[in-house]
Amino acid sequence: MAQLAVSESAWSEARLLGRPSIELRDVSKYFGDVQAVNGISLDVRQGEFLTLLGPSGCGKTTTLRMIGGFELPSSGEILIEGEAMGDRPPYRRPVNTVFQNYALFPHMTVAQNVSYGLEMAGVPKVERQKRVQDALAMVRLPHVERRKPAELSGGQQQRVALARALVNRPAVLLLDEPLGALDLKLRKAMQLELKQLNREVGATFVYVTHDQEEALTMSDRIAVMNEGRILQLGTPGEIYERPRTRFVADFIGQTNFLEVDVDGWDGITVDVDLRGSGRLRARAPEGIQPQGRMTLAVRPEKISLLGDLPGSEVAGSNGLTGRLDEIVYVGTHTQYLIRLPGGQVLTVYRQNRAVGESEHTAGESLSVVFNPQSAALLAD
Amino acid sequence: MSAIRAGTLGSETVAPAALPQSAPARTRRGGPWLGIASALVYLFLYLPLFVVVLYSFSATKVNAWPIKGYTLDWYRELLVDRDIQESIRLSVIIGLVAASIAVVLGTLTAFALDRFNFPGKPAIRFFVVMPIVLPGIVTGVAMLSFFSMLGWQLSKWTIIIAHGTFCITLILNNVVARLGQLPRSLDEASADLGAPPGRTFWRVTFPLIRPAILAGAILAFTLSFDEVVVTFFLTGREKTLPLLIWGRLRQGISPEINAAATIIVAVSLAGVLLSNRLSKQAAIGG
Repeated sequence: MAQLAVSESAWSEARLLGRPSIELRDVSKYFGDVQAVNGISLDVRQGEFLTLLGPSGCGKTTTLRMIGGFELPSSGEILIEGEAMGDRPPYRRPVNTVFQNYALFPHMTVAQNVSYGLEMAGVPKVERQKRVQDALAMVRLPHVERRKPAELSGGQQQRVALARALVNRPAVLLLDEPLGALDLKLRKAMQLELKQLNREVGATFVYVTHDQEEALTMSDRIAVMNEGRILQLGTPGEIYERPRTRFVADFIGQTNFLEVDVDGWDGITVDVDLRGSGRLRARAPEGIQPQGRMTLAVRPEKISLLGDLPGSEVAGSNGLTGRLDEIVYVGTHTQYLIRLPGGQVLTVYRQNRAVGESEHTAGESLSVVFNPQSAALLAD
Repeated sequence: MSAIRAGTLGSETVAPAALPQSAPARTRRGGPWLGIASALVYLFLYLPLFVVVLYSFSATKVNAWPIKGYTLDWYRELLVDRDIQESIRLSVIIGLVAASIAVVLGTLTAFALDRFNFPGKPAIRFFVVMPIVLPGIVTGVAMLSFFSMLGWQLSKWTIIIAHGTFCITLILNNVVARLGQLPRSLDEASADLGAPPGRTFWRVTFPLIRPAILAGAILAFTLSFDEVVVTFFLTGREKTLPLLIWGRLRQGISPEINAAATIIVAVSLAGVLLSNRLSKQAAIGG
């Protein structure tokens, strides 16, 4: 492990200088008339785990491929370790990639696969063998050197692909939905391992996925993308707790969207009218003036049943009362669907702390409360 | 005739990869009739061949049933027959050179078709496949007038060029199919790991398409080895083995000809089996 970790290479020096690992400057990409990426600017920090998150066709993979050199930007500039990449081909970039379907060479053994990059770089044979062994040990896959990729399970192939990329000690590791083909259990385990590897190796990881949970679990920062643009860039907490747009709030986790009219604003909180269902206070959005009709986003787990909270926490909260429409038991929590007087339906998650069935029944009147800080006014 | 047969074989070599690997074995249905019908079809196809092979070992000079005794005399006679030896040598040379030319041109064409989009691509695909479906007599006449227009002497080289035209098709079909199966990401992974395009080709792409090229080449050789019609138009003074047999048939079917024919059958059979095997290997991705 230690052997593969930070050596005195260009990027550790760069880290000291505080230069970003990757810089995208107003990068666009057209395929014919179709604009896949639309003027993206982004700095990725040294050693950071950055995730490009978005639905298919949002431009995340194209962005990754432009960093790797498999596509060239139609306009804009990409810098890696401070150097402009221009039209440099993939084999001259300080970058390695873990491909979506691993792309292991089927006619080579695992060891040959992993040592391929070292061989291309002219590393002497003895050192090559040692580094291959270290890399396979690092991804916890010893004793398979002589096997062919087809003889390995999907999870093992995944690890070989990782070892094949990391053995070259790249400044930047690009990962294109590498866990997509694995089953759920294995995926969860690999998510943690990838995060660990990122810390151990010290390389910058750029990870592409459409899986919001994966993004939240692993990333230092997430760039949520749609239609070729970055909609929001921030830590998982920021993205989840303070989504700026409806798309971001909707794409990541569950959210209640409520149409409201803005009544007043004191600079910190906003007074809004929830058409026919009462008045609420909400956190003011960053960078925009709250006015007119807006959308309010509240996560279902931020809302509590009134009876569940001690009186001290209720003070200053938003309160709403409605009719309990439906109760859905989902193991870790129970979903309550509450119909408000104005016709809106509110979803509330209640942790199943106590054993047994819910004491509430459909049709009864139920009051819920939530903190104004948990209610985000969206920019669109 | 031979062209059509080889054509279907050519596509067969492609098929195993396209078929789902886990196709369940059919359970037998239809009672004994299916078995009997199959047997009749196979008899129809192979009985004549079998008879020729059998007669090539017959001790009597005239083909007659039942066979009275067995001998290897006719094969021994082949060994001392200078004309037959010459013709076998010529057939082998023509087959090897035609297949080699086809390997280079066919593989290059396959790459162009697989990797690039250019105007007229479907047309090119069509025109490259044409020679194998064109009747031999048309190819023969066309080539003959073409060469005489150029003022070329007929020789083994004119035969090689003509054979090359339909051999290309076999290589092309095999290699295109194989390239189609190879994920593009393999090339990208190689580049990503620091290999320039040339090294990527020799280290990654070529080893993976080699079985397909070989399978195509063997099939091409086999096809060239027993080609008659086109060769008939384009041959100079030298005779290929099938032409020699054709010529000698005018004096009746001698046991020696049966022996020569048996050699052709053996070469073709070995070629087709080997080619199929290689294709299967390629499909599995060994």
